Formats: sequence, structure tokens, C-alpha cells
Amino acid sequence: MNSIIFTAGARILVSLLFVFSLFMLLRGHHLPGGGFIGGLIGAVAFIVYSLACGPAEAKVALRVSPEGLAVVGLGIALAAGMVSIFFGDPLFTGQWYWVGGDSYETSLFSINSVLVFDIGVYLVVLGSILSLAYAFEEET
Amino acid sequence: MMSWLLVMPIAIPFATAVFAWLARMRPSGRWISLAGSIASLVASVALLLAVLEHGVVAAQMSNWDAPFGITLVADYLGVVMVVITAITGLATAIYALGEIPQRMERLGYHPLFQTLIAGVTGAFLTGDLFNLYVWFEVMLISSFGLLVLGGSREQLDAGIKYVALNLVSTLVFLSGIGLLYGMTGTLNMADLREAVANVENQGLVTVVAMMFMVGFGVKAAVFPLFFWLPASYHTPSFAVSAVFAGLLTKVGVYAMMRMFTLVFVGDVGFTHEILIWVSALTMLVGVIGAAAQSDFRKILSFHIISQIGYMTLGLALYTPLALMGGVFYLVHHIIVKANLFLVSGVANKLAGHTDLNRIGGLYKSSPFLAAMFVIPAFSLAGFPPLSGFWAKYLIVKASIELDNWIIAFVALFVGLLTIFSMTKIWGMAFWKPHPDGIDPTPDRAPDHVRVPMMIPIVGLAAMTIVIGFFPEPFVQFAEIAAGQLLDPSLYVSTVLGVRP
Repeated sequence: MNSIIFTAGARILVSLLFVFSLFMLLRGHHLPGGGFIGGLIGAVAFIVYSLACGPAEAKVALRVSPEGLAVVGLGIALAAGMVSIFFGDPLFTGQWYWVGGDSYETSLFSINSVLVFDIGVYLVVLGSILSLAYAFEEET
Repeated sequence: MMSWLLVMPIAIPFATAVFAWLARMRPSGRWISLAGSIASLVASVALLLAVLEHGVVAAQMSNWDAPFGITLVADYLGVVMVVITAITGLATAIYALGEIPQRMERLGYHPLFQTLIAGVTGAFLTGDLFNLYVWFEVMLISSFGLLVLGGSREQLDAGIKYVALNLVSTLVFLSGIGLLYGMTGTLNMADLREAVANVENQGLVTVVAMMFMVGFGVKAAVFPLFFWLPASYHTPSFAVSAVFAGLLTKVGVYAMMRMFTLVFVGDVGFTHEILIWVSALTMLVGVIGAAAQSDFRKILSFHIISQIGYMTLGLALYTPLALMGGVFYLVHHIIVKANLFLVSGVANKLAGHTDLNRIGGLYKSSPFLAAMFVIPAFSLAGFPPLSGFWAKYLIVKASIELDNWIIAFVALFVGLLTIFSMTKIWGMAFWKPHPDGIDPTPDRAPDHVRVPMMIPIVGLAAMTIVIGFFPEPFVQFAEIAAGQLLDPSLYVSTVLGVRP
């Protein structure tokens, strides 16, 4: 697509979408959001970028292959689910360590396995959507 | 502990997919895939033992109690499907060692294959309707990848038809889920049983039930929703088409069996009556379609459709004997049909084509392969004493017990036409001399290709014979499975726990 307006606008749009996708990822679990929707928004950012600047440049921007991203994400998500074995809980039970308190309301922040799982999901969604999108771009 | 038993059959293929992807450029990738398939089989058998002990086992993921969290649950039907999935997965993983070229391995054949197995297993184990939808999507994405892997024009054509029609099915299914959730406020299958019975407007429930029937019907390839199947199953590699033929449509049948015994039982006279006639037409149309084909895999594809009719008939007649026959048929069919596709792959390697007009002479040159074809083919047609005979016997007996003579006649008549198709393959591929004068002896495929391809064929044929000669334990198993389907109180209480 050769539109100067779109190319110029895409720069702002892509960065905004990225920030928003990370915001959605971090916001998840306690509030609406999470890895799935975050990954979708992130994928949209890349798709907009590839429409504006061409798929070749978008692939360079991603640096790694989208399939690999998805598979590594799957591994991360699986590993995060399996962590609960060390705490004697059923699988995929979230493990929480609260800093400065003992619950969501009182603590400053938390270290937990749920976010790791969500990051895995984020990568799976981002990678699989992009591998599909790039495949279709090559077709046309 | 239970949660581990239930998760492992799903988690192992996923983990295998990750490692197989990382090793896809090296020869070790295929061995990782094989090791993963063996590990899945071990995990599935462990789950089977637990189910044999407890009747039904369930686990709540993430420690969220049912009906709020996602429940994994295995009853007799679910666990036997998981085990048979693992067996089929192992058989095709061995077969792939010989068949799949390095080029396709590098494109990611093994990770996609393992993801597909994970999706199928997940669909058999989940106790949550939305989770079932997610597994359907996992299956759809990975099977689409496998279908177009290699990227020939023919494969892409098949892939588009496959995905388009299957997306329609999942869309209808998803809409049904949404409506059901709106009416009842729950998606846990065990919880739905009671919730659906308490819905005031039962007419609406029947409408939603029909949406599920259409959604699962496309997946299961029943009449008149089967068009995607013969359009796509003859294009991918033989190992892939064997997995598809064995497992994918059966997930639809399984989901139908689950929902129409557990949840949608309010208007059996209407929903199941429709299903009876759908089944009869499925059997007939499938077998007649097969008679018109002359390609090895296309004939087999149409036979999948016709055989699906028997399984849904078992559900539709809705008596203990019929359901027992349906469950038995499901298991027998997966083994036999996957095996036939595997045989067609070897025939293709030796004789050079799958078009029956262009091959021949296999009986004279490769008698062992011919014997390995006869076993599943005659089992499919229902010859005693092979497994298919008992499966057909149970279904026909159930329909006669209900005085449903037309259905019994259709079932037997379709068996007859199945023999016709099988003898057609036999006559054209095995008996008649090769039209190009080629002598299709086994050594036309080198040992490192042929041996891994023959091992699973022999193994599955042996299973067919064992089920045929010693059907009692399998029939007893199917009887308990049918009993659990018709009276799911144990299923419900295991999932939801004992309520105050």
C-alpha cells in the first residue's frame, strides 16, 4: 500500500497498539485483560506495520520467526502451569507471593506464576496469528 | 494426584511439540516425537487404570471448584477414546519415520502432529463446554497446518474447503454455547444437566440442541454436512490422513454422544428421532458415494462417512444395547480405518499411485501387504470373526429389538455395499496386473522406509483380530460405558462433588 498518510499514521498507531497490548497483558487476571487479548492487539500492531511498510520489513521488526515465538510461548505457559507441583497444588494453580501485604488490595505488587502463564499465552497468540497473517501476505 | 493423571495425556503432546519444534532441523526431531507418543500412551494407560478403579475420575484445574473452573473428567467412554487416540498417535508416529520426508519435518510436521493429538485428547477429557470449543480450535488450526504442509495446489484447495466448512461448524457451535450460557448461566457439562432440565422454555432448549447437532454434525461428517471430508482427506501425506480418518470425525461423534446423553435429553422423541434418519441417510449416501469413486483414499474417505452413520445410530436409538454398540463401533472403527489409510500409503509407495486404475499386481508381488489389507477391510465390512462383525451385530440387534426394521435393513444393506467397495479395491489394486507392467514388490521401497510403515499396520491388524476373537472384555467395557452415558449420576457427582 502506497499511502503517505497511512505510513505516517502507522508509526503512531503501531507504538500505541504495542503499549496498549502490554498494558492489557499486565492488567490481566484481576481486571479484564490478559495474555490472549494482549497478544491479539500485539498481532494487530504488527499487521498494521506490515500493511504500511511491507511484510519484509515487518518480519525484520519481529526479529524471530513467528512459529518459533508461538512454540516457545507454549513451552512457557506449560512450564508456568507445572510450577504448582512444587507447592503441592493441583495443576495450573496460580502461585502468589505478595510484596508489602497479603492480598490484592493491600500489597504493592506481587510475584506470581499467573503472569508467566499469561506471557506464554501472549507469545502463543502473537506468534500463531502472525504466522497466519504473514502466510496470507505472501500468497497475495 | 488425580489432576496429574488427567493432565498428562494432554500436557505430554504439548511439551513434545515444543521440543520437536526446537529440534526440527535435526534428525532427533522425529525421535522426540516418537518418544512423546510412547509417553502419552503410558500416561493414557495410567489414566485408564484409575478409571477402571474409580469409575469416573475428575480434577479441577487451578483449584477452582466446578462449575466455576475448568474441569477435566474421564469416564469409561472418555478414557477409552484417550487411550485409542494415544495408540493411533503412536502408530502414525512410527509410520511417519518412514513416510514423512525431511523437507516436511523441517517445516514443522512433528510439532503440528503432536499439537493435533493434544487437541483431540483435550476434547475427550474436558468437562467444560467452552473448553471443548477451545480444543476444537486447537484441532482445527493444527489439522489445517498438517493439511497444507507441503503446499501443493491440490492441498491448498482441500485446505480452504476444509477450514471454511469447519469454521461454519465452530461458529454454530459457539453460538449454541452462547445461547446455552444465556439460558442457564453455566457451561460445566455436569452442571448443565440439571440447569437445562430446569429451564422454563424447553422449546428453546431444543432449538439450541439442534444447533449443537449441526455443529457437531459437520465435525462428524453426517449427512448432509459431510462435503468437506471427501474434498480434503485424499490430499495430505498418508500418516496425516490416517490420523484424520481415525480421530477427527470421531471427536464430533464423541461430542454428540456426550451432549445428547448428558445434557440434551429433555426431548429425546424429537432430537434423537431426527438423528436416526440422519444416521440412516449418512450410512447410505456414504457407501453409495464410495461406490462411485476409483481412488484408493477417496473410497476410504466416503466409507468414513458411511461408518459414522452406524455410530450416530447407536446414539440415536438411545437404548443400552445401542449405545454399547455405538461405543464399541467408535473404538473398532478408529483402529480399522486408520489402518486402511496406512495400507493405502504403502500401496502408493510400491505401486506408484492411489488411483485404482493406475495400479495393480500387489497381491502377486506383495502378498503380505495384501493380507494386511484384507484384515481391516473385512473388519470394516463386518465379517466374522473380526472386530467389525461384533460392532455391526450390536447395532443391528439394537434396532431389531426396537422393531425398527427399516433401520436394521439399511444397516445390513450398507454392510453389503461396503463389501462391494472393498472387493473393488481388492480386485483393482491387488488382483489385476499392473497397467504399466510394474512389478510392485516390497523392495521397491527401501527398508528404512518400508519397515517403519509396516510395523503399525501389523500392530493395528493384530488389535483388530484380538478384538474379534476375544470380544468379551471389550463388550463389557462398552456396556459399562453405555451404562454411564445413560445414567450419568456418577459423572455428575464426581465432577460437582457431593453437594449439601
